[in-house]
Amino acid sequence: MSKWNLIISVGRCENCYNCVLAERDEHVGNDYPGYAAPASLASEAPIRILRRVQGAAPMVETTYLPVMCNHCDDAPCMKVGGDAIKKRKDGIVVIDPIKAKGRKDIVRSCPYKAIVWNEEQQLPQTWIFDAHLLDGGWKGPRCQQVCPTDVFEAVQLDDAAMQEKARKEGLQVLLPKLNAKPRVYYRGLDRWDSCFIGGSLSASVDGVVDCVAGAEIALLQGGKQIAVTHSDAFGDFRFGGLGKKSGDYRIEIRHGLGQAQRDCELDESLYLGEIRLVPSHQQCTVEQTA
Amino acid sequence: MKKIILKTILFALPKVLAFTASKHPQFRARLKQKNCTAYMGLQDGSIGRFLQIRGGKVTSRAGTAAQAEVSILFKDLPTALKFLSPKPDMGEIVHAAKNFKVVAKGPDPLVVWFTQTLNLSQTVGLEMGRSMRDGTRRYTTCTNGGPLFIYVKDGRIQRVTPLELDDKDAPSWELQARGKTFRPKRRALVAPHALSLKSLVYSDKRILQPMKRVDFDPDGERNPQNRGKSGYVPISWDEALTIVAKEINRQKRVHGPGSITFPMSSHHQWGNVGYYLSSLMRFANLIGFTRVAANPDSWEGWYWGAMHHFGNSMRVGVPAGYGAVEDCLKEAEMMVFWSCDPESTNGAYAGFEGTTRRLWAKELGIEFVHIDPHNNPTAQLLGGRWIPIRPQTDAALATAIMYVWAVEGLYDKEYVASRTTGFDEWKAYLLGETDGIAKTPEWQEGETGVPAKDVRALARKWGNRKVYLATGMTGAGFGGAGRGATGQQWARCLIMMMSMQGWGKPGVNFGCLQIGTPVDHHFYFPGYADGGISGDLMWTGNAVNNYQRMPHILTMNPVKQLVPRQQLPDAIINGHATGYLWDGMSQEAQFAPFSYPMAGYSPIHMIYRYGGSSFSTVTKSGRWVEAYRHDSIEFVVNQSIWMEGEAQFADIILPACTQLERWDIGEWCNSGGYAHHGYTLVNHRVVALQHKCIEPLGESRSDYDIFTAILERLGLGGVFTEGCSELDWVKRVFDSSDLPDHISWAEFCRKGYYIVPPERPELRPPVDMRWFAEGRAKDLPEPFPLPSQWAEEFGKGLQTPSGKLEFVPETLKRHTKDNPDRPALNRYIPSWEGLGTTELVGKYPLQMIATHSRYSFHTSSDGKNGVTSRVQDHRARIAGHDFWLLRICPADAAARGISHRDLVKIYNDRGAVICAADVSALVVPGVVKSYEASAEFQMLEVAGETVEIGGCLNILTPDRPQTQGTSSMSPNSCLVQIEKWQGADAFKRLRAEVGVAHE
Repeated sequence: MSKWNLIISVGRCENCYNCVLAERDEHVGNDYPGYAAPASLASEAPIRILRRVQGAAPMVETTYLPVMCNHCDDAPCMKVGGDAIKKRKDGIVVIDPIKAKGRKDIVRSCPYKAIVWNEEQQLPQTWIFDAHLLDGGWKGPRCQQVCPTDVFEAVQLDDAAMQEKARKEGLQVLLPKLNAKPRVYYRGLDRWDSCFIGGSLSASVDGVVDCVAGAEIALLQGGKQIAVTHSDAFGDFRFGGLGKKSGDYRIEIRHGLGQAQRDCELDESLYLGEIRLVPSHQQCTVEQTA
Repeated sequence: MKKIILKTILFALPKVLAFTASKHPQFRARLKQKNCTAYMGLQDGSIGRFLQIRGGKVTSRAGTAAQAEVSILFKDLPTALKFLSPKPDMGEIVHAAKNFKVVAKGPDPLVVWFTQTLNLSQTVGLEMGRSMRDGTRRYTTCTNGGPLFIYVKDGRIQRVTPLELDDKDAPSWELQARGKTFRPKRRALVAPHALSLKSLVYSDKRILQPMKRVDFDPDGERNPQNRGKSGYVPISWDEALTIVAKEINRQKRVHGPGSITFPMSSHHQWGNVGYYLSSLMRFANLIGFTRVAANPDSWEGWYWGAMHHFGNSMRVGVPAGYGAVEDCLKEAEMMVFWSCDPESTNGAYAGFEGTTRRLWAKELGIEFVHIDPHNNPTAQLLGGRWIPIRPQTDAALATAIMYVWAVEGLYDKEYVASRTTGFDEWKAYLLGETDGIAKTPEWQEGETGVPAKDVRALARKWGNRKVYLATGMTGAGFGGAGRGATGQQWARCLIMMMSMQGWGKPGVNFGCLQIGTPVDHHFYFPGYADGGISGDLMWTGNAVNNYQRMPHILTMNPVKQLVPRQQLPDAIINGHATGYLWDGMSQEAQFAPFSYPMAGYSPIHMIYRYGGSSFSTVTKSGRWVEAYRHDSIEFVVNQSIWMEGEAQFADIILPACTQLERWDIGEWCNSGGYAHHGYTLVNHRVVALQHKCIEPLGESRSDYDIFTAILERLGLGGVFTEGCSELDWVKRVFDSSDLPDHISWAEFCRKGYYIVPPERPELRPPVDMRWFAEGRAKDLPEPFPLPSQWAEEFGKGLQTPSGKLEFVPETLKRHTKDNPDRPALNRYIPSWEGLGTTELVGKYPLQMIATHSRYSFHTSSDGKNGVTSRVQDHRARIAGHDFWLLRICPADAAARGISHRDLVKIYNDRGAVICAADVSALVVPGVVKSYEASAEFQMLEVAGETVEIGGCLNILTPDRPQTQGTSSMSPNSCLVQIEKWQGADAFKRLRAEVGVAHE
């Protein structure tokens, strides 16, 4: 049985809000009996875009994460909602716009905070995967149609094929430990979860400070080298893919113009700022400017 | 024989009308609107027919003109036949009308009704839009953010979606670059504000009835001091129109020409008929008005500065961008984005069409650098090195980069020697030979905050690579850095930088893949700046093509008096103002001042305003409150769709409808005029019929109908309409273009759009400036410099006096000798409101930049309780109010005890605005970043203090021009302080009292 899944490419979202606006356009003021009662502009939008800014100027990285109903196969909301929420054969979860009347408790049941309360209608509401449009022959949901950078890809696959695709392409789900079996997958979720350590190398030669390109920088953890990189023309280097709160690290820098090292504890992504190399014949210390 | 033909036509006409009525209920209804007797025939009475429309029935008989209420009289037989031909030649018809070879007599409203009724018989019954399986009808429209399908059911808009191309539409172009083939997506990548359209139509801030200020009595006490304070009462259309028409006549009688002004906003809802440069211009010309001379607000630094180095006056001093997409993808190694954020500014109208192309560049490994105080959405999406810079110091950075190039020989010496003048003088300045200060990277560091080492690294990287320099919304000119005290210096520097790097050689040009797609550059469809139906040949691009292609009766404003837009409030309050012209014809027109008032004309006593954007788009806009309440302003009418901004300062408010409630026609991203070939920003040329999708809400009416109704009361309705409804004008625009060669009118009405096939690869226009770099005659499809403006042989060289790129411009040498703000040698002069402004910086240590909003096209989608106000990166809902956002870095926030989404007061001596803080590392310390153009203007007294809570940040910006001797705005030179808002709790209590839930 072919079912609907949604794949979200994380690094491609630029926060343009077209998906959110299209969802609002589709539902505010429009009634789709059996699918959704008219949404309210006063409610929160059922598609949210979360923002994460890592680092500090000039080395920052911003990631946007669209979050919406995951259409879980083991949906926490269904455990609370009883017959007010149904799972369609094609995988889509729909909150019944009649039976769910007054059920504010359903809003709280979602660990993804993807259910919003419509005060006017006294209804919990979600992003319904545009089920009413798919049933009418649309090839995909509106978020996919309006996205300028192809963040969204709705795919119709049977569960085994989807699992295989997820495994092969490294797709992940949000809060996997809950085991709610979401049908919304994320590509490149590392960018949302992981951290970096970066810095900018410089050296003073004849009284002129310049960026140091091509230096070798080693990243060590527990005395063991775990990665090596090289600085670019601005002297910038960056180690990505590190875990949040993953403990103590050491950076060791070697270059013809000098050396430097730096110890740090990684909580969130860290930009170490300018690191001035010290000529190797001098004592090996780290100079850092703010 | 001809006599028989005419007699036959006249005899058949009523029968055709009756037949049309029998077939089409809409026409039946139209005929029932009025009773009318009409005579059509020759002036000598030899041939003619008398028609009677009564109770919806049409009858006819022999009769005379004297017996009829309306008569349409032709000079002679040939004229009559030309008019009544089934495919009339509009050139002949307009000629006849202009030369009184045809005259319409009778009460003006009846003449208009009768002639529009005759025209309606031609268009009624056309199938408009497509019937869809789900019971909706699919219409089309075009917006400032791209073309849309509009789905309507039961007279209500159900949804709006981006226009998608189908298999029958023309194929897309494709490009090969570095072994890859790229094709654009076959759907319109529209801007977020386009998708907000439905919510704007059904906004609860729509004005649905004409209104009169409660304490405004046109025949008694007018109480100008209460504008913006007093409420309104609904009145009938008849009363409203009568007041407005009577007042127009009173102004003419009492004060004479010049007393009425129409301050036009720069933007409007899309469409060639309803645009402000079209219907409003025609309306205003028929009344006569003091023109509000716009400053080149998008171009500023380019027009007053950069243009003198290279010309391009027709483009207001920005580069053209021809062929830039293919050249950049094939050749460029790096792109430097400098005050350039196309993911927010969308090349003005192009939505995200350029985004795809920039992602191709990323795929090809082209490196990116972003110079901006804000790690803006473009930098966030593309990545690359961010060079954070203090606002308004960009010229210092640019100068230091050129210093490195000069010292290290990282410039194109052959090009500089053969294609430029004045480099030695410029180099002497860089090296410090002129003033004893070498413009080293260290020199600029204290000014810009950019480490000297980074400047050297950037200069070396740049000097050794083929680089596309991307500035402002199109990537080829514009940019917020050009809208401040140093804007001219910066834009001038960029032209000089490109002059050093061999501008026009492969991979070396302006652009950010936003402009320069390989679309057809010859298919004719007029842009909005081409004047539409205005008939104005002086202040629009009408005379170039539109006036020949769509003959219409020309209109002229006989009032020569001008008032500079940025100084309009001062002109009212102080009684005088001086400005400098924005003129696309030449490099020289800008040097001559003009003064208000002008001898022979009345000062302004009446303001006819369209919409409400002044408060948030004009600098130091608090001035407007005083101006509106000034005793000398006897009457203010505002024609507005929504109750917002300054609409609440009017005496009479006329409710206009949105573009979805009226007819129009337009091409995506086609500005015409000053942005010649502007459609090269989009991937497919899309010409859309802008269907009237629903009836106007409430009693609102289209602008055109409002103008018609006012002019009918002045006897000018016939001249204004030429007997046409909006749909008739749409058809005339259609006929004037190349569309009829490719699609029938009926099919266009049904399908709603036409895709112009792309240019064949072998006929694609050359790359901008390539001809110049290669020393050839100009080969670009743009009609300038004007024939008189070539210093050498026609077609050879630039518009500059030398025909070359001029490091020290001759035009400035000639004309600004006595102006220390505009030296011919582009010295770095620090901002007059920057960190060096010692008398201010103690009190106001932060620099504010307020750039174009990402989610609203200027004020168009903001406010109005619409969906855009709920965009979390646009406004934040706190205590039930949607506060404007102010972006601030963690250090500056922490120093003031400000947390994310706290309410903050941002203020200086000009005023105070309350915003919600957005705390992140995306702005540099010392800078706060926000957007201009909030639609709301809401002054509020809280806890003993008056603050603005709508987000109107231009209250805080200086009204000083960038430089003496120019009308240039400088909103991005603005010092402020911010603090956690002490009145926040009082405000929340206030809101709770009126029953708004806390959130």
